[in-house]
Amino acid sequence: MAKVNVYVTLKPALLDAQGKVVQGALENLGFDSIESVRMGKFIEIEVNGGNGTLEQDVDEMCRKLLANPNIENYRYEIVKDGE
Amino acid sequence: MSITNTEPIDPKVYQEMGLSDEEYGKITEVLGRHPTYTEVGMFAVMWSEHCGYKYSRPILRYFSKYKEAIDGAGLENAGIIDIGGGYGVCFKIESHNHPSAVEPFQGAATGVGGILRDIFTMGARPIACLNSLRFGSLSDARNRYLFEHVVGGIGFYGNCVGVPTVAGEVYFEECYAGNPLLNAMAIGIMKHEDVAYARAEGIGNPVLLVGSRTGRDGIHGATFASVELTEESESRKSNVQMGDPFTEKLLIEATLEALKTGYITGIQDMGAAGITCSTCETSAKAGTGMKVDVRKVPLRETGMTPYEIMLSESQERMLAIVEKGHENDVAAVFKKWGLHAVVVGEVTDDGLVHVYDGDELVAQVPAKTLADDAPTYQLKTSEPAYLKDVQNYDLSKIKEPTDYTEALMKVLGSESIASKEWVYGQYDHMVQTNTAVLPGSDAAVLRIRETTKGIAATTDCNGRYCYLDPFMGAQIAVAEAARNLACSGARPIGATDCLNFGNPEKPEAFWQFERAVKGMAEACDFFHAPVVSGNVSFYNETPEMAIYPTPVVGLLGIIGDVEKRCTSEFKNQGDFVILISGTRVNDEEKSEPVCELESLGGSEYLNTIHGLAVGRPPKLDLDREKKVHEVVIRAIEAGLLSSAHDCADGGLAIALAESCIMGKVGAEISLLANCAPAAALFAETQSRIVVSLPTDKLGALREIVDELGVESTVLGKVSGNKLNISVNDVSLVSAPVAEMELTWRTSIGSKMDE
Amino acid sequence: MKFGVVIFPGSNCDQDAFCAVRDVLGQPVEYIWHQSTDVSGFDCIVLPGGFSYGDYLRTGAVARFSPVMNAVQDFADNGGRLIGICNGFQILCEAHLLPGALIDNNGLRFICKHVNLRVENNNTDFTNLCSEGQVLSIPIAHHGGNYYADADTLKKIEDNNQVILRYCDSAGKVTPEANPNGSLNNIAGIINDRGNVAGMMPHPERAVESILGSEDGTLILQSIVERLMA
Repeated sequence: MAKVNVYVTLKPALLDAQGKVVQGALENLGFDSIESVRMGKFIEIEVNGGNGTLEQDVDEMCRKLLANPNIENYRYEIVKDGE
Repeated sequence: MSITNTEPIDPKVYQEMGLSDEEYGKITEVLGRHPTYTEVGMFAVMWSEHCGYKYSRPILRYFSKYKEAIDGAGLENAGIIDIGGGYGVCFKIESHNHPSAVEPFQGAATGVGGILRDIFTMGARPIACLNSLRFGSLSDARNRYLFEHVVGGIGFYGNCVGVPTVAGEVYFEECYAGNPLLNAMAIGIMKHEDVAYARAEGIGNPVLLVGSRTGRDGIHGATFASVELTEESESRKSNVQMGDPFTEKLLIEATLEALKTGYITGIQDMGAAGITCSTCETSAKAGTGMKVDVRKVPLRETGMTPYEIMLSESQERMLAIVEKGHENDVAAVFKKWGLHAVVVGEVTDDGLVHVYDGDELVAQVPAKTLADDAPTYQLKTSEPAYLKDVQNYDLSKIKEPTDYTEALMKVLGSESIASKEWVYGQYDHMVQTNTAVLPGSDAAVLRIRETTKGIAATTDCNGRYCYLDPFMGAQIAVAEAARNLACSGARPIGATDCLNFGNPEKPEAFWQFERAVKGMAEACDFFHAPVVSGNVSFYNETPEMAIYPTPVVGLLGIIGDVEKRCTSEFKNQGDFVILISGTRVNDEEKSEPVCELESLGGSEYLNTIHGLAVGRPPKLDLDREKKVHEVVIRAIEAGLLSSAHDCADGGLAIALAESCIMGKVGAEISLLANCAPAAALFAETQSRIVVSLPTDKLGALREIVDELGVESTVLGKVSGNKLNISVNDVSLVSAPVAEMELTWRTSIGSKMDE
Repeated sequence: MKFGVVIFPGSNCDQDAFCAVRDVLGQPVEYIWHQSTDVSGFDCIVLPGGFSYGDYLRTGAVARFSPVMNAVQDFADNGGRLIGICNGFQILCEAHLLPGALIDNNGLRFICKHVNLRVENNNTDFTNLCSEGQVLSIPIAHHGGNYYADADTLKKIEDNNQVILRYCDSAGKVTPEANPNGSLNNIAGIINDRGNVAGMMPHPERAVESILGSEDGTLILQSIVERLMA
């Protein structure tokens, strides 16, 4: 069993409207040293059996479905069982 | 197999679930033994006010259809009204106040989901949603948060399921700050032969659970709705269910398609009290029993107990009773739509609901006792002490404004009067392409395909009126709703009500409840709009304050020829502006206009300009009210009118301003008054409708007016781009339409986008 | 001539599109189930609005992997006319049948209202009954209609006249105030470079009868018929 954490964020070139709203809200709460806030998605995947192609597979999952390369960047980490 | 040797339940346990010692005693009596833990949970939820109407039932008998139903054939099917051409409509309004107060987005979303299931479970396709909302003032950040998220939740759910949200109302008053109200209404349409029944017919027929998996969400939501909100409610967030509108959309399509197979003998949605409610109610209605095994229920979480499974209020689930041997045919339809349909039990002949956990019997209770025999209580009533003081307030000591135009602008920009575009702009109000009058007019109108007819729908209630006089306030709610329909050209055919009140165990709150229900029932009978469905929401109070009594009515009407529908905005320069009214306004012969000072009672003007909620609500003569409607409806049918708009909150001046703003034209108006001019402008005198029409059609209108014996007064003409109003020949209001529009249209949005 | 309207789980404007084609255009039309793998016999396919797969993950992201989409891709590759409306437009972008992407409205709220659209290119399969610069009144109803493309792509579609509709004011002026959702260059509708695939956020099927407040959407749908009959 392996766990994969995938992080998807809007590309820096795009206006992140949600991030902007959250930044404003945080500033209203008195956190005045905020440089920027970017919102994204966090996806947890549990994979049964670890064959050698896991990293390749996860990359393909991201490219095909989990992120839209036109507008989003992704990164992931594979957390092996027990780590 | 039967249950024996049960131990007494610790009083703390059943009391926490909301059962009294007396009620517990009744349960042991019925069962002939102590209940199991699962059984206590089932009784607690079914005998709560929310499901069992233990306090409201005696009062609800004022509603004639309800009385007929509980005395006779049961509530089944009472909600369908024939509209000709083989079609029936069904509609219902329901509160989701407490969940929305705790978690506004999900609370509102699941409120919409629940009311939609009530509709399509009857075999009807949902064609429209409405909602009636109340919050504290938007000047407070918490209220803005609740408002934003309630509206967001309604949109999130309604937009996704593809049912247009076409009308509703939003009020802002301090008394709703601790207890926002969300009343969601849905309308469905069906061919009469497609009506589905919530009955567990046919001994041995399999019982299927369809839709979503069951999780721990919303356990005891029904009892939650039956207690006052305290800080502890915040910590009860796990009680709030999560909505999945995508699954609901699939469930709508799958259910309607599965019903077409003809193999479903009974079906009921799962709302409050989940599997408990649907199993015992469907059995009780058919006089049968049911055996279910909780281990067969598809679960979302591990380790759930029978108690949790029976009481879960997970959303987007239905219980279907299917003709034996055809369970696979029905399941196939749900599978096509990607949904579960799992056999969890079967119909039995012994009148008992048996709940098994695998081989172990964990509950065995008479279905009818659970469903229908909730103890009812005759609660004490007493007239609230505040009433005399507020009613006897001396309105003659109200100071006149120094600048009437400024007063008009203030009332126009008040949160309750201002345009609700910020709200309905977030709702898809056009999907299904039947919306013939969009939100913003007096009532929404939907065309009925394959006929010439239209359905008009609206919701109404002025809580402040009900606070000042619950009987009259409730009557006015119905009268105003009917007036809204009349302005679109529709006559009422039926009503649904959502009765929002405080703690019924307090005699003053229960007095308000009784008076309001009586007023509403009488008015609905008068308008031939039977109350065919409804919902009671008590305990809308915090330790600091109770809400205004708020009996919301949802009213449906029919327009014979939808092409003739009318809207509220002025359309043509030069049109006459006429007031159709029950009593004389400008008496041209005697020059003795009626003084309207009394009708300032409870007005938005007093509230906004003077911060007062005093006086009595305006008088209402139902007979004259109905005649005014009839004049307007006939004039619309005859194609005489360019516009029709009801005079309600804010009075005549606001009605005129709104018709100007929406039509982007001005008007020259002159009024006569023999009392304070503010009353002539802002009094909320009932039974009045502002219409506009081409000058050559005045004669034809007057004929109808005379025939019905009401009054019509030429107030002036549509003209220019300013609203000018003179009272007794003194110019008091001069407001550019563009300025009024800015104030009215942006008042709410500007507060929300700060 | 035959139209097909695809039903994805969560589509909710499928019936509206179907009725517009059948009752207003008077053309034969059939539904296409999302699991169908064969779309032969159709002359124009409509991907309707709605919330396919609940709009979960990203709008259109899951629907583009529906079984029917392989056949739809082949249909478009063979020159078939394909139009995506609202959610359909989002799906076409996700499927790379149209350039760019649709992201959340910059106001982060769902918007439902009639908007004005300027016809930018009337020499297409989808706008040939309009005049260039004509202002159409057609409703929008979306949460994620904010058109985005990187600078190179944007330049390419602009240079290539692939923008067919832009949000404008009632006089036809393309202004920031008339842009409801933050779309780059006020883009409301585009076509692919070959010209047989169109996507638009506004709903032409909601503006096909006077009782609905506008009949301008008929011009878009009837343009397809016009071209197919030619």
